[in-house]
This record gives sequence, structure tokens and C-alpha cells, in this order.
Amino acid sequence: MDFRKTMEEKYLSIVKHYIQTQSEQGLYAGQQFSRRALEQKISPEEVISLQKSTMQELMPELPEEVWHSYDILLEIMTGYGFAFREHQSLLSKQQELKNEIEIAANVQETLLGTSIPSVEGLDIGAISVPAKQMNGDYFHFVQDGNHSVNVAIADVIGKGIPAALCMSMIKYAMDSLPEYRKDPSAVLGSLNRVVEQNIDDSMFITMFYGMYELRSNILHFASAGHEPGFFYCSKTGEFKDLKARGLLLGVDKGASYKRYEQFVEVGDMIILMSDGVTECRTDKGFIERETLISYINNHIFLPAQEIVNNIYRELERLQHFQLRDDFTLIIMKRTN
Amino acid sequence: MEIQSCVTILNEWDIVAARQLGRNVAKELGFGTVDQARITTAISELARNIYLYAGQGQLCIERLHEQSKTGLRIIALDKGPGIADIRKVMEDGFSTSGGLGAGLPGVRRLMDDFKIDSNPGEGTDIRAIKWLR
Repeated sequence: MDFRKTMEEKYLSIVKHYIQTQSEQGLYAGQQFSRRALEQKISPEEVISLQKSTMQELMPELPEEVWHSYDILLEIMTGYGFAFREHQSLLSKQQELKNEIEIAANVQETLLGTSIPSVEGLDIGAISVPAKQMNGDYFHFVQDGNHSVNVAIADVIGKGIPAALCMSMIKYAMDSLPEYRKDPSAVLGSLNRVVEQNIDDSMFITMFYGMYELRSNILHFASAGHEPGFFYCSKTGEFKDLKARGLLLGVDKGASYKRYEQFVEVGDMIILMSDGVTECRTDKGFIERETLISYINNHIFLPAQEIVNNIYRELERLQHFQLRDDFTLIIMKRTN
Repeated sequence: MEIQSCVTILNEWDIVAARQLGRNVAKELGFGTVDQARITTAISELARNIYLYAGQGQLCIERLHEQSKTGLRIIALDKGPGIADIRKVMEDGFSTSGGLGAGLPGVRRLMDDFKIDSNPGEGTDIRAIKWLR
């Protein structure tokens, strides 16, 4: 039955009952009424009008002055009703935007999708989780036959939609690089020019690009101001930073990127990340790189994908399940 | 049949006169107290816009009798600066007077029909109808 048609009657019986009993139960009935009324988008001024007509029925002998005072209440509550309707409309607009962003996030996932290559002798794990709906981090693998596996990891300074839009451009710029230019310093050099020409001056991108040569087991890499990764040496059990110098993408058209090398033995690992991993903020401040190393050590004998998954879960818990920045972690482990 | 009465809006007191005119007509046409309050709130909002942004203008009330329907039309006219981006002022949350619920989208929701026409430098013409149920 239509709530609007019966609400006058209901309201009357609630008030009547409460005037007689003044019980908590009577007040609870009032609360239930308000829930229904809100569901039906009954505005505040209508409730005032209900109250007035109810009182006119229950106590018609009340003095004139009381009825006049209702006019002021009605006028004021009409203003509140004005705001109430705007609130309703903003809520539905918010839902619309949410849906739209969700669709955009799906499109982004498809656009930026990459599959983790399965290569003999190399165990690779990767995880990338956006802080909000859209990801400003990006990673990409390219396998070049039996010759090499290339890995890119990038982070736009900033997060959310602008960062995500930026990343789509990086991906296509990278796709359109000629085949023979997989050399890390050349890749970063050309991406730098693309970013410098196409992106707003206030936006910067950090990026690490690595080319793992499968025959020689050498990682060639270069970095554009990206959070340094780790190299884990299984012989000594030590972690060292994969240091590489290079300017952020988009700062200087003429920037060049030096190429570095790291020989990888069986059991060694290459660990790459975005600053969302190291800038994971806990109650005690940012986690230290040492803390991260100890987490990796806890899981070091697991397959690479399980290591990154476990670390993500632990850091997520450490931050009370509120990611402040996009989180990307990649582990490559030489198995033979 | 349309009978129109107007109030010239020059200062804040004219907002009251416009409200009074609207309330009298609404009452006479048989609108209930809640709808009367909504109509006068819409009038207040439109007259206030004229007073604040155009400096002066007219607020007119028309009685509408169409076939089986009876209604009231508010017309707010001014030759002020006009509105460059109408879509923007019709967006919720956009308001120069500030605060939740102010502005033209609110007026549109209070009424049954709402039309706006405005050109920069030429002024603004807003027409809003409330039908008697």
C-alpha cells in the first residue's frame, strides 16, 4: 500500500499513542515511521504539515497562536527540504560517478593488461593494487623469444584518475617502440621525450626498465628516478639496492639514462617495487627498507607469486587495510 | 486564460512583496500550505538572484488554466549580466550564494516545470510552473 496515502493515519495513531503512554515503545514507533518516510523521500515540510493536521485533529481547541507558530516552522523546514532534495540528488550523482569510474577502471585494466611470462629458469611474481579505484602504477613484461624477458615498472607522481590516464599513454608509447630498441637506456630515453612533450609540467613519472638476458643471466637496467629495487644474493643471503641514477621522465628533454648490469646466479632474486611499498605508512611511520627485507626473508623459499601476495597482505594489515598509495611489487627469481 | 501580476525587484523588501503576491495567488488557486511554502521558497530564491546578481528585474505570477489543469507560473526576468554557462548553474553543488540547497536546481525540484533562457549581456528569463494536484 502506498505509504503516502496512509501516513497521515499512521502518524496520528503514533502521536495519539505516545501522548497517552509516553513510552519508549511509542518513540520507537516514531523512529520506524521516520525510516519509512525517508525511504519514500518524504520531505521535512511534509512532516511538519502532518504534525499540524494531527494536532488539529487531536486538540482543535489549542489557541490560534500555536497554529500561527506552525507557519514559521513550515517555512524553515521548507528550507531544510530544499537542502534535503539537493542531498538526494547529489547522492544519486555520486553513485553515477562511482559506476563510471568503475567502468573506467575496468577499461584501464584491459588497456594496461600484461601477462607474467613463464620462462624456463626464471620464476616471476607480480602484484599491483591501486589505492583508489584507478591505478597510477604500471608494470609490463615483454618476452623476446628465448633471448630476453623485459620488465618495466612505472609510477606517476600522484594517484587516481589523472595518474591512470597518464599511464595509458606510457603503455602505448612503449608498445610503439621498435623491436630492436629494448635496450633499457634507449627505452627510457625515448619515453622521456614522449612524456616531456605530452604531459602537463606538473606531472612526473618514475620508471625502472630491465632487460634480463636469458642466456647470460645478466640483468641490464636503467632507472628514471624510480624507487630502487633490491638484488638478493642467495650465496651470501644479502640484499643490496639496485642503484641506478637517472632523472624522472618528463623533466628534461635531453636527459640520458645510464645502463647498469647485474649478474644473476641460481637462487638470486630481483625485487622491484613502487614507492607505495616503501612508503607504506604504519602507526610508527613509514616502514623501513629493512622491514621490507625481513618480510621478504620470511617467505623467501616460496614461489615468487606467493611471496609478493604474502607481502602485500602483511603490509595491507599493517596499514589497517587503508592503502595510501598504489602498490606494485615484482619478484624475479632465477631457478636454474 | 492567463492573468499576470508583477513585482519589480529593486531591493530586499521587494522579495517579500513577490512572496506575498505568490502566496496570495497560490492560496486563491487552492494550493495547500506545504505547496504554498514551496512556491514562496522558489519565489524567494529567484527574486534573490535578481536582487543579488542583476540589480533589478521583475517577478511575475501567472494563473494557469489549461483544460483540466490549474497551476501557477513564476516568471523571473532581468536584464542583468546573464549566465554564460547555464549547465553549470543548473548543477547541484554549484552555488555562488553558498550552502547546501541554494540555487536554481533546488527551484527546479520544488516546481513541476522549469525553463531557463539566458545570454551573457542580455539578461535572464526563468519560468517555473507548479500544478495543482
